Amino acid sequence: MNRKKILKDYFWVILFGSFIIGSLFLNYEPGVKIYSNFSQFFLEMIAFLPLMFLLVGLFDVWVPKEKIEKHIGHESGLIGSLWVILLATLQAGPLYGAFPIAYILSKKGAGVRNIFIYLGAFSALKIPMLTFEIGFLGLKFTLLRTLFSLPVFVIIGIIMEKIVGRDFKVKAG
Amino acid sequence: MQLLVLITVVCLILSLVVDRRKTFEGVKRGFKMFLNLLPALLLVLILVSVFLYLVPQQTIVKLLGAKSGILGVAIAAVVGSISLIPAFISFPLARILLDKGVSYTVVAVFITTLIMVGVLTLPIEFKYFGKRAAIMRNLLSFIGALIIGYLIGLFL
Repeated sequence: MNRKKILKDYFWVILFGSFIIGSLFLNYEPGVKIYSNFSQFFLEMIAFLPLMFLLVGLFDVWVPKEKIEKHIGHESGLIGSLWVILLATLQAGPLYGAFPIAYILSKKGAGVRNIFIYLGAFSALKIPMLTFEIGFLGLKFTLLRTLFSLPVFVIIGIIMEKIVGRDFKVKAG
Repeated sequence: MQLLVLITVVCLILSLVVDRRKTFEGVKRGFKMFLNLLPALLLVLILVSVFLYLVPQQTIVKLLGAKSGILGVAIAAVVGSISLIPAFISFPLARILLDKGVSYTVVAVFITTLIMVGVLTLPIEFKYFGKRAAIMRNLLSFIGALIIGYLIGLFL
């Protein structure tokens, strides 16, 4: 990678870094507070994303395209959608963590509809999150929200397939 | 989290035992993808930390607690779409809102937009899905969240 590209890619990061270093030196309170937010999120992210990418990389070299195509590809129907929903519910973390997985599934031949159903299930039906939700908002609320979310993101998946077309591929990021 | 570490380690060892070259190739690909994403990821983390500083929790409670009816729902939808609050903060926050008498519809719309719509994470989503698909997905999720909130309001 050349230097110019690095500078361009990390322009905002460098700017932010300078602001934070300046703030810490001058004890500028907003900067210090923003930095404490940032470090908390950064630690949370750096703890799980590299592992996830490692898994995505291994998945890439080991799982044959035919397998994925057969089970969650365009012709997989309802069972295929159930598979991606099941996969999504077992995961954790923020939605942007699901994008690399969407990419690898798409690369291996998952259907467009299933990709977007996967994203919906990932955001709304993760089991670790649901346990947390039940604790704070109650079983009834959580069940109702889950129940109503399911058809909504399945429909979103179907509409998205119509909008972007069946040949749509998720990019490598 | 521990589960993820465990799964990763087991997969890595299994993979190494079966085929070393393939394993290195996989790790390399994963690492490359991570490096590609890193600038956009850091930008989002910066946006989120600045956002949480400018709009602290009390402000969100105030915003969502003040109005009821359609205006309350609209505020909840917009705040939920823009905010990027981790689940361990958002659910306790939603509880506070309910205890303050905010309706289930408003809370449901807030939670659902929070988890399904991400305005601040759009820079990342663009990289994977392109502008059109990313914007459409967020727009449809936004509408979906309103429907979910409305339905929950009928039952609670």
